[in-house]
Amino acid sequence: MIGKLDAELQLHSDALRLRGQRQEMIASNLANADTPNYKAVDFKFADALRQAVGGQGPSSPSTLARTAVGHMNSDGSRSGSAPTQVLYRTPTQASVDGNTVDVDVERAQFADNAVRYEASLRFLNGKLKTLLSAIQSQ
Amino acid sequence: MSLSKIFDISGSAVSAQSQRLNVVASNLANVDSVADADGKTYRARQVVFQAQSVGQPNQAADNGTAGVKVAGIVEDQSPLRTVFNPQHPMANEQGYVEMPNVNVVEEMVNMIAASRSYQNNVEVMNTAKSLLLKTLQLGS
Repeated sequence: MIGKLDAELQLHSDALRLRGQRQEMIASNLANADTPNYKAVDFKFADALRQAVGGQGPSSPSTLARTAVGHMNSDGSRSGSAPTQVLYRTPTQASVDGNTVDVDVERAQFADNAVRYEASLRFLNGKLKTLLSAIQSQ
Repeated sequence: MSLSKIFDISGSAVSAQSQRLNVVASNLANVDSVADADGKTYRARQVVFQAQSVGQPNQAADNGTAGVKVAGIVEDQSPLRTVFNPQHPMANEQGYVEMPNVNVVEEMVNMIAASRSYQNNVEVMNTAKSLLLKTLQLGS
């Protein structure tokens, strides 16, 4: 039963965690908007979520079991909960100092991601409410 | 807890931008300082920003996030402004006084840019805070 409960909430909790990670990444882009040679980063949310839910990405059909914390994944990455590979943004208006942060793009992405984070939060809340009313037998 | 790291990231950016604002204030205040503590003419100063990882230093997986730190403050080495004023005590044999190489227009632009970046990061922290508070209320 607990396993089923976990499966019920798995998708949205994974989505929430990834949204949080993406929010953090965009915050670091905005923080480094004036740092010379800083390259704006992001990751593909859809791929990351697919990897988190399905346990495997589109490009890795089989994974080795990790029996200790220090073991590497079979794709060479360290931590099991890390998102998919971090990608660099393609600059549309590169600046002379090598910085590729476009503040407008980042702000838009930040706001968008915040709304989607809140959406995930509401989905999760709704699921919890449903489960709660199911066990309260009213 | 990934969202709370935003406070470290944006907090470092806010403090870096406020240091930049401080340097701009110092440049603007010393726009006519012909001598500093060492008796030399004041030179305009600029901050140098550098990306810096936040959190535990031994943590290898940083997931591409980085805060900002001020790597150093450099003095502008461009030639000083010279003004002809033979009565001035600091004037040389030709009667010229060396004035600071502070460009007021540049400094004003720098100030506005720093204040905008500061505001941006405060906004980021506000959003992260409201999201975290909403997450804390999950299930209630």
